Amino acid sequence: MADEHIVKALAADVRYDGRKKLEYRDVKVEYGVSKSAEGSARVSIGETVVMAGVKMELTTPYADRPNEGNIMVNAELLPLSSPRYEPGPPGEKATEIARVVDRGIRESKAIDTTKLCIAPGEKAWGVLIDVVSINDAGNLQDAAALAAIAALKNARLPQLSEHGQIDYDATKTDKPLPLEREPVEVTVYKIGEHYFIDPLCTEEDSADARLTIAVTEKDTICALQKGGVGPLTVEDIDHMIGIAQKHSKQLRKAL
Amino acid sequence: MTYHKRFDGRAFDEVRPMSAQVGIIPNADGSARFQIGDTVALCAVYGPRDLHPRFLQNPGTGILRVHYNMLPFSGHGDRVRPGGSRRSKEISMVMQNALLPALNLKAYPNTVVDVFVDLPQTDAGTRCAAITAAAMALADAGLEMTDLPCAIAAGRVEDKIVVDLNYEEDSFHDGCDIPVAILPNTGQVTLLQMDGEISRDMLKEAIGKAIEAGKKIYQVQKEAIKNSFAKGE
Repeated sequence: MADEHIVKALAADVRYDGRKKLEYRDVKVEYGVSKSAEGSARVSIGETVVMAGVKMELTTPYADRPNEGNIMVNAELLPLSSPRYEPGPPGEKATEIARVVDRGIRESKAIDTTKLCIAPGEKAWGVLIDVVSINDAGNLQDAAALAAIAALKNARLPQLSEHGQIDYDATKTDKPLPLEREPVEVTVYKIGEHYFIDPLCTEEDSADARLTIAVTEKDTICALQKGGVGPLTVEDIDHMIGIAQKHSKQLRKAL
Repeated sequence: MTYHKRFDGRAFDEVRPMSAQVGIIPNADGSARFQIGDTVALCAVYGPRDLHPRFLQNPGTGILRVHYNMLPFSGHGDRVRPGGSRRSKEISMVMQNALLPALNLKAYPNTVVDVFVDLPQTDAGTRCAAITAAAMALADAGLEMTDLPCAIAAGRVEDKIVVDLNYEEDSFHDGCDIPVAILPNTGQVTLLQMDGEISRDMLKEAIGKAIEAGKKIYQVQKEAIKNSFAKGE
């Protein structure tokens, strides 16, 4: 029922909240929203709100990459943010969001991991990025990716003590992370013959398929994730990528 | 040793600056944000709603479930591993006891009221901020309540009784921390914990100061709830 209704409305280029098919809600990025984190940001897209925080740890580089630090992305769909979510370990949706955000950052080489190395083979920085939902009104994926990049931009390295441990009592250094690129993610949805972006929850539920596209500032593509059971043609994919390239500019402008 | 001046310059019975808002999470039935100093608590209430599995339902009353959670990036030191800990489990339980006496859940048989508190930024006093936020969110949800619980820590640093300890005072080697939740209208205590060491006389004085400070927090809570009506929400 809802599906049929949405398709009819999309044919007239109208959404439930009055937007056109290819239109984002207002996108807002706020930086430094948690003093406890080494970097943090809150992103709102309409009524959807997510927060991201960066914590740093000292680790041993992986044996096959002795000159590199590493990054990790985790996402939590807080039961605080929607009646749909329950307490417990991350489910499929949270895991997918985290992994797709991770791929966008990792594959665009957004962070130069060689610059995270402190002593080759011995010591390097680990960058721990946590994204949490505060209010899920649809499109957590794009919001999560944007929040992660914003929190990385905001992050400053903590002070090291004489013994080479993190000194949390000292004020942070003014050294930013080696952030070389700023990928953003746009998820394009398909219902019937219609493409649209920035879905509300009901629109997410009704979609046949979706494609999350991570776009760099050079308009290259650095990660893809198809979701939903509906198949896509090569023409669909090319068209959706065009939409993502165009609308990634609006997300990047909010950074 | 004598504690002459507080690390952050406050008077001994002075609470940190507070701010409060309700209705911050559109999806929730009730919600609130409470900030005291650098400690921030976000709370969402869902319910009264169906309780599953059904054998947990009580035809005599609704039940309350409280979930306290520090976000992974909210700690003073290393990342906090998500997924709950012994600490968060205990705090959730004592929060439940702190809030229940003010709720008339008999009005909602067979249901559950879920309270979720998440902290994005902390500087000690998290369980007190969580209770204060939860009480506002429960009121924002329109639940039947007989009082509006609030909470604040008192404690000792060296020879002085202090109110609303920050991280530096809380982690000081010579002192103690006493979180207290209060029903402001009756002056009764619904949460009391302590770690550290203190004399009987000083303990009595500390609890008295916490109850005194609670009145200020209660005003902030009431103001936030009134403001939400002023906006026509």
